[in-house]
Amino acid sequence: MSKKAMIKITLKEEVLDPQGKAVLSVLKSSGYNNIKDVRVGKYIELFIDSGTENPRGSLDEEVKEISEKVLSNPLIEEFKIEIK
Amino acid sequence: MNNKNIKAGITVFPGSNCDFDVYHVLTDVFGINTSFIWHKDKINDLSGYNLIIIPGGFSYGDYLRAGALAARSLIMETLKEYAGRGGIILGICNGFQILLEAGLLSGVMLANRSLKFECKNVYLKTLKTDTPFTCAIKKDAVLKMPIAHHDGNYFATSEIINDLNKNNKIIFKYCEFNGSITGDSNPNGSLYNIAGISNEKFNVMGLMPHPERSSEKLLGSEDGGYIFKSIIKYIREK
Repeated sequence: MSKKAMIKITLKEEVLDPQGKAVLSVLKSSGYNNIKDVRVGKYIELFIDSGTENPRGSLDEEVKEISEKVLSNPLIEEFKIEIK
Repeated sequence: MNNKNIKAGITVFPGSNCDFDVYHVLTDVFGINTSFIWHKDKINDLSGYNLIIIPGGFSYGDYLRAGALAARSLIMETLKEYAGRGGIILGICNGFQILLEAGLLSGVMLANRSLKFECKNVYLKTLKTDTPFTCAIKKDAVLKMPIAHHDGNYFATSEIINDLNKNNKIIFKYCEFNGSITGDSNPNGSLYNIAGISNEKFNVMGLMPHPERSSEKLLGSEDGGYIFKSIIKYIREK
């Protein structure tokens, strides 16, 4: 059986997002005047072979560890995990 | 200059692109016995090296975050041990980003405020001179060096900034040619104009500008050479 972990990584609220600001300014100049702000994040999928032994015990723990230690930088980013 | 008894290692990751520039300066300008260390090389112990340089470039294409993947490669564990024993490590540009991602230095690099790749000469003020990287430089001296980066916008929590200030870990700040630290002289939006910081023991430094591109008169500035002269002086006097 295989599972999929979906991780959404976003910049913390207090971190300035120049990429989002650039997208916002394009949207405004394209006439989308109701858009107030844009924040750009990342979406990562992990495909997991749940038949293979998991060194961390639980899959939730393993994906959380991967997200904390590799996929995001806790100084500037937050993440949300969904496993299916 | 003959410094053959000094042994330097340059780490190489896929995407490193300043490795040969650093090699050229260390060997041809300063006569240091220099070799490359491929990130997969099975080296358990770096104690034979007086100095390790992590050069600039785009390791692993800067995928995920600048320096993030290189910081988690095998050689970094060996480098952490080396740093723990007091080994000297200089991370330049992408090397600085790798040191931050590896946790050997504190903070993180965001995209430049301009969202542009900034490639130009900048001026740096030397804030601390009793380190292996700056011991041949006068306090407050202004050095001219080039930057070439997209993610050089140093960011950290206020706790980290307080620690950097309290323990004098900020080594270089971007400044005007006369040494005044202004918003205009900040090329990337770095907090407090930070261009170079070190760790607690001052044996690891990250520097965004490129001293290896400013160590010869032909290239318009020899100021970067003072970083290498400092390291040589420190190793000789140790």
